[in-house]
Amino acid sequence: MSDLFLFGIFPYLAVALAVGGLVHRYRTLRHTVTARSSQLLEDRALYWGSVPWHYAILAILLAHLGATLFPGAWGRLLGAPGRLLALEVSGLALGGLAVLGIALLLVRRSRLGASTGAMDWVVLALLLLQAATGLYVAFTLRWGGAWYVQTAAPWLASLATLSPQVDRMAPLPAAVKLHAVNAFALVALLPLSKLAHLTSLPVAYLWRPPQVVVWRRAPGGPVRTPRPAGGGSATASRG
Amino acid sequence: MNVRAQISSVFHLDKCIGCHTCSVACKNQWTDRRGVEYAWWNDVETKPGAGYPVLWEDQEKYRGGWTVEGGRPALRQGGPGATLARLFHNPALPVLKDYYEPFTYRYQDLFDAPAGDDQPTARPISLLDGRPIDIESGPNWDDDLGGSPVYAAQDPGLARLTAAEREQLFEVERLAFFYLPRICNHCLNPACVAACPSGAIYKRGEDGVVLVSQDKCRSWRMCISACPYKKVYYNWSTGKSEKCILCYPRLEVGEAPACFHTCVGRIRYLGVLLYDADRLAAAASRPDAELVEAQREVLLDPADPAVAAEARASGVSEQVLEAARRSPVWRFVKEWGLALPLHAEWRTLPMLFYVPPLLPALAGPAEGDGGFFTSLERARLPLRYLAGLFGAGNTEVVEAAYRKLIAVRLHRRAAQVGDLPPAAAAGALAAAGLTPRQADEIYRLTALASMPERVVIPGLAREEQTEPTADPQRQYAAGFGFLRPPVGR
Repeated sequence: MSDLFLFGIFPYLAVALAVGGLVHRYRTLRHTVTARSSQLLEDRALYWGSVPWHYAILAILLAHLGATLFPGAWGRLLGAPGRLLALEVSGLALGGLAVLGIALLLVRRSRLGASTGAMDWVVLALLLLQAATGLYVAFTLRWGGAWYVQTAAPWLASLATLSPQVDRMAPLPAAVKLHAVNAFALVALLPLSKLAHLTSLPVAYLWRPPQVVVWRRAPGGPVRTPRPAGGGSATASRG
Repeated sequence: MNVRAQISSVFHLDKCIGCHTCSVACKNQWTDRRGVEYAWWNDVETKPGAGYPVLWEDQEKYRGGWTVEGGRPALRQGGPGATLARLFHNPALPVLKDYYEPFTYRYQDLFDAPAGDDQPTARPISLLDGRPIDIESGPNWDDDLGGSPVYAAQDPGLARLTAAEREQLFEVERLAFFYLPRICNHCLNPACVAACPSGAIYKRGEDGVVLVSQDKCRSWRMCISACPYKKVYYNWSTGKSEKCILCYPRLEVGEAPACFHTCVGRIRYLGVLLYDADRLAAAASRPDAELVEAQREVLLDPADPAVAAEARASGVSEQVLEAARRSPVWRFVKEWGLALPLHAEWRTLPMLFYVPPLLPALAGPAEGDGGFFTSLERARLPLRYLAGLFGAGNTEVVEAAYRKLIAVRLHRRAAQVGDLPPAAAAGALAAAGLTPRQADEIYRLTALASMPERVVIPGLAREEQTEPTADPQRQYAAGFGFLRPPVGR
């Protein structure tokens, strides 16, 4: 029964909250969406915490995503023992970096009373829990890169196709279950915390012209209605 | 030709008395909130000095502004790829101690202290988290310490001076300093805009004011390191960048910006400049020594009918054109060549110009020369120091401005006091390339001009541009207050 809730219902609740919450936040509270960097207040520990954390967790997330979206290709990639070993070792190393990074960020928060709210603690604690359970699972239940494709990946796919296969997760050890449930707890927190900054990865910067010039009315062009949210989103022509 | 209008300004440093009235007016209006207590959109520094934030001029440290790579301007802190790679930690970002830790006092202690032999004191506490602190620095901490070995000696601009010149600057009885009020320069080629991964910072097409969209800012903080003037500040409470908005809500209704309005020394001039946007990149790519001249070249004469026609075709309104013709900034910058950009070598094409200060260069008793003033050659503030600030290292442009300032003084001295031989005044004018009429005009705009002459605000016609389509009663974003639109719109 609890498995049904945790793996059949809770993921949908979390995703619904994430999507609805993010839409609401973008519509009415867009100015609150920010990564809220605290580098101004503390510089050194941030470097040793934030850089390893972000790069490691981005790589790990991409691996999770790749294995879920392309299980066949992922399985063939890990088909040879050498490749599987290489992936396990690099995964463990990245996991270690992520855990150390997020732990340092958590410790660092105690020195930043001014810009730290309750939600910062919750987010950091859950992220540490997530990274730590991931590392624990990877270390104690070897070859996760391979068995993930047969267990969690089909479960996630079944969620996506609206036919949740709770049985896929039911027999797994408690640590794996915790890792999965906590992942969706973090998804649910997306709109409620500064994790919302995940939705604004600024890749468009790579091809944007260096100067941004905003006109209330394009020169010589037709008058267009300025959108009502914020100065920067007024009628824009870039040059 | 792509003609655009730019609201720009001139600060006349000879008239700055370092009273900070500008800073306080700005502080009370814009940065008195949690998160930006430390931020001074307008600050007044003593030069030579380390400034605010400390050593902001040191671009080896902060990597601000532009360099030239392959004949094109490139951000010194790195291109888009490098910038994205540093999202998680910006190696060139100043931290709070480079500004100062904001503080207040626990005034309640004065009332709650038990009776005793000592006077009660109010302990200083941090505005960040309320813990007691020992104040180590504060706003304008180094005021008037122009010759001090602690503050002034750190000035990056001193590096270009010889040891003898530095010694001379700091010799107490000949100590030289002057005030440098600074606000955002609203540059033509702003590095902060180019560095923002979110595209949150933008330049307004109509008037050139550079603003941060608080809706789009995501706290990537690249603007702060990219601005070589360190005039973008990070609000640590909201996680957004904030900067001088040139009081655009005041400008749009025809009021002078607060720091201009309150300026006691009446050092501030505001007006419209027309420029050719198509020539910006080429101007910003010229060698250091030519940058001041290159910046003057992109400015267009509003009295020229051809320019006016191009401007109309580019969408510049008649009101703005009219204001451009009366612009005091045009006179100081182009017509007379008196006002110079600050640190043009950072290639942002700053649109705030400074008339360099004559006083620290020349104040002192008359000696020899037969004249009332000492000569530029024997000035006690080395020209090379001033050229580092206002000439991108080129002493000639600074010297030319000084020749004119000196000539105006001699000319007026001869006219009003009459203790100078007319030939001396005429000689100085000739050497500076000024006519007596021009000298009188410079004197007038410097010393006598009223507020409407000093601050010429164009009708921005915002209502004309928005009224046909937008309900003027509904304002959804104003300054840094967030007025939420009704849900559903």
